[in-house]
Amino acid sequence: MSNASQLDRRAAVAALLKNRKDTLVVSGLGSPTYDLHSVGDHDGNFYLWGAMGGGALIGLGLAQAQPGKRVLALTGDGEQLMGLGGLATIGVARPRNLDIVVIDNQHFGETGMQASHTGRGVDLTAIAVACGFAATGTARTIEEVKRLATEIAGPADGPRLFVIKVLAENPPRSLPSRDAVFIKNRFRAHLGFAAA
Amino acid sequence: MHSPKPNPETRAGDDWPSELYRILKAADVGQMSYVPDAGHSQLIRLFSADRDVTTNVLTTEEEGIAIAAGAWLGGQRSVLLMQSSGVGNCINMLSLSAIGRFPLLMLVTMRGEWAEFNPWQVPMSRATQPSLEAIGLKVMRAETAEDLVETVEAAAALAYDSDQQIAVLIGQRLIGKKKW
Repeated sequence: MSNASQLDRRAAVAALLKNRKDTLVVSGLGSPTYDLHSVGDHDGNFYLWGAMGGGALIGLGLAQAQPGKRVLALTGDGEQLMGLGGLATIGVARPRNLDIVVIDNQHFGETGMQASHTGRGVDLTAIAVACGFAATGTARTIEEVKRLATEIAGPADGPRLFVIKVLAENPPRSLPSRDAVFIKNRFRAHLGFAAA
Repeated sequence: MHSPKPNPETRAGDDWPSELYRILKAADVGQMSYVPDAGHSQLIRLFSADRDVTTNVLTTEEEGIAIAAGAWLGGQRSVLLMQSSGVGNCINMLSLSAIGRFPLLMLVTMRGEWAEFNPWQVPMSRATQPSLEAIGLKVMRAETAEDLVETVEAAAALAYDSDQQIAVLIGQRLIGKKKW
């Protein structure tokens, strides 16, 4: 199945987050973490370097604890495929302030670019629809990503999942801190909670 | 609960889920996630009826580890309920709690160790405590209702006030034999 895109992932993430305002962002391990950091480090970022499959669910717990804030889980196709059941859990929980954006290169980029399920016909937006998500969509061009950025700034009736189809490539890594305690305490301080 | 009992300890034993609910509420738990389990059914009912607690039903236990970390990032305390067979699903996700020193409290009802009718529960029962300890959790265990209530109270303080990752194992003898 050939439904790949020519969109550059870094350009896509930069366009998506251009006006993030006070959005809290959790990134899934691998390239989404590097993509998020490449846009600029931010106290409201929580970067995963492991815990594969957990990105969207950390987003759920965070969204439920902070219902007044918009939460974005920025992840990859490989990471989200490992957490497919979590889409059912999020669909049932129905948070109105959680968006999942999958940067989908249709490959497992960290491990040698093997084709992933999304490159073989599995449609994450269709799964999200079946799980009861309030809105879904797919962007393949920078114009579509800009429209998506505008859309997710608006209110939602429930969780939303968007796929951004990007070129399968590994741009130079942009590495945030790997110290999870530091990132955690910085994130909590950003929300006004005392560090441990 | 209103039928005559041979001694007061047995009566207290019947009430342990209510006691755990009271303790967890006193510990300011704002989120509860669970994979359904007969031993936890009363606690699940109590939390689900509580409008001040957000409750998530999971498709698999490791989701609750990630949710608990997200809750803490957002300033809330979360508790996770499962049975011992679900511990095996959690191991990699528990690296998140361990490396991030995220407070974690898991209440785990044991299967496969006492009057178990299903032999398929036995291997994971044996692996529950060693695998939790191997990934860095502190394991506490209770065999009586009184001990359990005290243990969960201590575990909640350790988890949320001292940033510890704790699984409280609830002995199958305490749950009672499954009736079919």
